[in-house]
Amino acid sequence: MSEKRLLLGDEAVALGAVHAGLSGVYAYPGTPSTEITEFIQNSPTARERGIRSRWCTNEKTAMEAALGMSYAGKRALVCMKHVGMNVCADAFVNAGITGVNGGLVVLAADDPSMHSSQNEQDSRFYGKFAMVPILEPSTQQEAYDMMAEAFDLSESLKLPVLLRIVTRLAHSRAAVEVGSLREQNPLCPDRDRSHWVLLPGNARRQYVSLIEKQPSLLQAAEDSSHNSLQLSEKKGLGVIACGIACNYVREAAPRDISLLKVSHYPLPVSLVRELAAHSTEILVVEDGQPFAEEQVKALLSSDYPVSGRLSGRLPRTGELNPDNVAAAFGQPAMTAFAPAKNLAGRPPQLCQGCGHRDVYTALNQVLSRYPDARVFGDIGCYTLGALPPFQAIDSCVDMGASITMAKGAADAGQFPAVAVIGDSTFTHSGMTGLLDAVNDNANITVIISDNLTTGMTGGQDSAGTHKYEAICLALGVAPEHLHVVVPLPKNMPEITRIIQEEINYPGVSVIIPQRECIQTFNRKLRARKAAQK
Amino acid sequence: MSKIDIKLSGVGGQGILSIATVIGQAATSAGLQLKQAEVHGMSQRGGDVQSDLRLSTDEIFSDQIPLGKADLIISMEPMEALRYLPYLHSEGWIITSSKPFINIPNYPDETALMAELGARSRVIRLDIEALASELKTPKSANMILLGMAAPYIDILSADQLRSAIRAVFAKKGEAVVEANLSAFDAGFSAFHD
Repeated sequence: MSEKRLLLGDEAVALGAVHAGLSGVYAYPGTPSTEITEFIQNSPTARERGIRSRWCTNEKTAMEAALGMSYAGKRALVCMKHVGMNVCADAFVNAGITGVNGGLVVLAADDPSMHSSQNEQDSRFYGKFAMVPILEPSTQQEAYDMMAEAFDLSESLKLPVLLRIVTRLAHSRAAVEVGSLREQNPLCPDRDRSHWVLLPGNARRQYVSLIEKQPSLLQAAEDSSHNSLQLSEKKGLGVIACGIACNYVREAAPRDISLLKVSHYPLPVSLVRELAAHSTEILVVEDGQPFAEEQVKALLSSDYPVSGRLSGRLPRTGELNPDNVAAAFGQPAMTAFAPAKNLAGRPPQLCQGCGHRDVYTALNQVLSRYPDARVFGDIGCYTLGALPPFQAIDSCVDMGASITMAKGAADAGQFPAVAVIGDSTFTHSGMTGLLDAVNDNANITVIISDNLTTGMTGGQDSAGTHKYEAICLALGVAPEHLHVVVPLPKNMPEITRIIQEEINYPGVSVIIPQRECIQTFNRKLRARKAAQK
Repeated sequence: MSKIDIKLSGVGGQGILSIATVIGQAATSAGLQLKQAEVHGMSQRGGDVQSDLRLSTDEIFSDQIPLGKADLIISMEPMEALRYLPYLHSEGWIITSSKPFINIPNYPDETALMAELGARSRVIRLDIEALASELKTPKSANMILLGMAAPYIDILSADQLRSAIRAVFAKKGEAVVEANLSAFDAGFSAFHD
């Protein structure tokens, strides 16, 4: 029995995992991956089956918990946006060394064009680095189908499998034909300690075993139904299209090309060689960085013409689209109309009524007296404080960097050094930095702007809600330099006075402006009203 | 082969995704192929948002509409309609709300904006928010817009769209369904007697 459902790419991944006998999804919210975990949290089937789906504190705790579930014999999924791979890299790379027991699939959602990100790193490099198989679906249907195969592959090779998607697949909807439900694995913890205790003696053996598995990884990719080679009648242009790039090629390419679709890595080298032998040149079309292009160049003789993002035939940065791929085939876009004259950019902004607004108003008011002040920002809605009207922050680099960068700058003599970090970002990666600051008695003022949720990604539970004071005290922040305030215009005199005093205190102080996100607040209000009707 | 490529646009929170959901539901029931690229995340915070909706009797490849290929721009906001002009086909139509949503300090001069829009052929515009409050269905302005666009979505009939409205809003109760249907009909008959 088959059924068709209209699903986002993210939802197709989620449903595919549930149907593949998933026992737990572990994730920290991050665009464009958030909807995977949310779908499982809201799935009646997942609830009936007791699939564990609560949000994790960060991607590293998620990856390790998933590895633990795999150790115990069950199937686990870890989901994150691409930069989350940096956070969990220690656990991810070493999971390649230990290997797995129950199937372990790691999903990385890349964000070429940086729609909601600070870089466009390509997660396929992590898969190659850890020497594990990588799957890269081109459609929502393939994403669904691949989940079951990814878990099977993980269990047969005894390795984690990396599944890489991009924003345009994650957030695009299409009809998906869904299959049947597989039973979950029984509890069956691995008994072989030598795989799991990575003392150097064991780790060396495990690394050799990982190297010895590589030919079977390559064979699986060569035989994969997701890698397909279509040769044209005449020898001419050969195209390698990876994942979603295949859709743009099929939209734009002339009919007489040879096409190798790659959705399963390691790069299937014999298929690449076959394509090269049948072609006069190769164009590599891939979203993200020139991952395949570099390998193809290394594989063929140095005078074989290979082009792509590296050569400049496709743009080096930004996501692929039907227009820049068509241009690579020598077909410039045919626009009928020039851009309009009466246009203005409409950047995102902090919501009206948002507590972060009051925090920046207060901070700007106090810092107007300190022309040398620097404010180290962090990742979340409050990063929008960099834009007008506030223009209140001087940096935003990675999760948690506000506190540690403020500390380093203060160490160098910067005064005042202020950190602004959200509640969820603080528990994700700010706590350890605060401990460093306390231990070194750094002269910094930390503002944990607490809206009781993970706001930027749409209001997911935040790991430390109602625990922030206790966490700061436990990390050693002096009670007299820890303040909780309510960021509302009427409290402005109190908030500005506290900020002023704490900037003047030569040590670590923490101010926690605490008021619920206006979006989650209004959502709950609407739900309450609806319930009363 | 029959197909339509629609660019939906507006400002975060105006309800363009509901329009996409209704058209998507109708297309799925009609057995059409569909791809709909949405915008989530950062840009939803009061910024410009757009969604590409492609319907076809045959396989659709790209999730995104190429430049110059959109048959329709359906927009909840007049400047946001103009933003996607390079995507519009030479014979494509713009169906838009005429009421500016001004949440930026440098919004263009409204008279000049309206003149630029008015100078174009194949534009249907209406103050859908005013009509929605007149109809006492203030939250259904987006369904008025869909009603205005319906005659141009020739791959689907108005009745298929009405059934989809019923299906999409059913869980919110009969009153909401009726409000959205009457909004749709008001938009449909405003330019289509």
